Amino acid sequence: MSVSEKIREILAEQALLSASDVSSTATLEDLGIDSMGVVEVIFAIEEAFSIEVPFNANDPEASAFDVSSVQAITQAVEQLIAAQKPTG
Amino acid sequence: MTRRVVITGQGAICALGHTAPAIVSAMMEGTCGIGSLDFPNVDRLSIQIGGQVQGFDPTQHFTRSQLALFDPFTQFAVLSAQEAMAQSGVILTDELSLKTGVILGSAGGGLQTQDENYRTVYEEGKNRVHPFVVPRLMMNAASSQVSMIFGARGPCFTVATACASSNHAMGQAFQMIRSGAADVMITGGSDSMLCFGGIKAWEGLRVMSADGCRPFCASRNGMVQGEGAAVFVFEDLDHARARGATILAEVAGFSMTADAGDIVVPNQDGAARAMRGALADGGIDAAQIGYVNAHGTATTVNDRTEVAALRSALGSAAESVAVSSTKSMHGHIMGGTGAVELLSCIAAVKDGHLAPTVNHRTPDPDCDLDIVANIARDVKVDVAISNAFAFGGLNAVIALRRFL
Repeated sequence: MSVSEKIREILAEQALLSASDVSSTATLEDLGIDSMGVVEVIFAIEEAFSIEVPFNANDPEASAFDVSSVQAITQAVEQLIAAQKPTG
Repeated sequence: MTRRVVITGQGAICALGHTAPAIVSAMMEGTCGIGSLDFPNVDRLSIQIGGQVQGFDPTQHFTRSQLALFDPFTQFAVLSAQEAMAQSGVILTDELSLKTGVILGSAGGGLQTQDENYRTVYEEGKNRVHPFVVPRLMMNAASSQVSMIFGARGPCFTVATACASSNHAMGQAFQMIRSGAADVMITGGSDSMLCFGGIKAWEGLRVMSADGCRPFCASRNGMVQGEGAAVFVFEDLDHARARGATILAEVAGFSMTADAGDIVVPNQDGAARAMRGALADGGIDAAQIGYVNAHGTATTVNDRTEVAALRSALGSAAESVAVSSTKSMHGHIMGGTGAVELLSCIAAVKDGHLAPTVNHRTPDPDCDLDIVANIARDVKVDVAISNAFAFGGLNAVIALRRFL
């Protein structure tokens, strides 16, 4: 499964949708994922890819991790995978 | 004039059943819900029995997002509150919601969440835990979730007084309505500590029985833990009458005392003062009491001390009053136990059914009261009291009166 597919699967599970309903341009708001949901998504991403995601729920905009769209999340995760050794 | 407080709804879940009526009928049949515990690493425990909720599938009751936030102690409280509110039929309008509160008792809070996540970081060596560990484990999680589900915007908090938590909680709810601070209170308690860490800690105290809960029996050798919840709707009598509610019982009196003595050893005087205080609070004569739901943990010292306290508090009336410990059937539900046990007090005053003390084999000369051994009894009861005496020397007694 590619990074993109896995992320769509995580988001779909959180949003109670099927993965095919998660378009790459969708925002988390489009998917109905609230701030608590975002924190769960970040946790699921960290678990799935064994990475540390720099994300502060106090100020999501200022975080280095871009959650503005499905595509943005995918790119950010790909960069983190490249930059970090798997942390287990 | 002081406002009167009545109970208009009840809900519960424990080893004896998943609803209040199921639990009450199991009690009256003398069912023992205690059996082999089933959870990871139970083989490493010296105590392997308990009153575990059976056949319960949380996914049948809660959404995915609720499950992420609800420890079992919250799940049990929410289900019980839903059952109680449905029976009560009270509708929380915008105005009434401001005068409706939630006070629940718990001794362990989200102990299973703590246990699981400590396992994750210490045993499995992982470096991250689910983001909702804190809102799952916090002691007020159940009270807050119940307030959110029903939109109850009045007084809301959790009481933690170990094994007396739900009696203290219900006492506070009673006083909230009596004082006019609230018109409706959703109150009771819940606990779910049947996990490796929960039982392992209790093993250390050496007060647990490995083979059964036998309150007031000469062969008793300790307590057995249970899990579950019971939640009630307490309501101002005039409010309940005005909407034509069915009234299950009147909450007549409440009292709480502290032994100021030992952190674990019960004290006859503190227990007796709490009972006398509840009678005085409700204007109740000891001779009017037809049923006592005892704390009755089945430890050697609790049961002996409680019997002496009953004699001290009730005088000659203690010799004829029916006393039972339903912990023999559902186990000690810790912070939820007083609430589950209030079900039997309601059954006593409302329907005249007295739940038995099961597993009773041999009379103990130190516990020679009428303990309703093994078989339920039908007798008209005007007043019932429910005792709870906690570690820490904290005692809380609640008195119910048959509503006429």
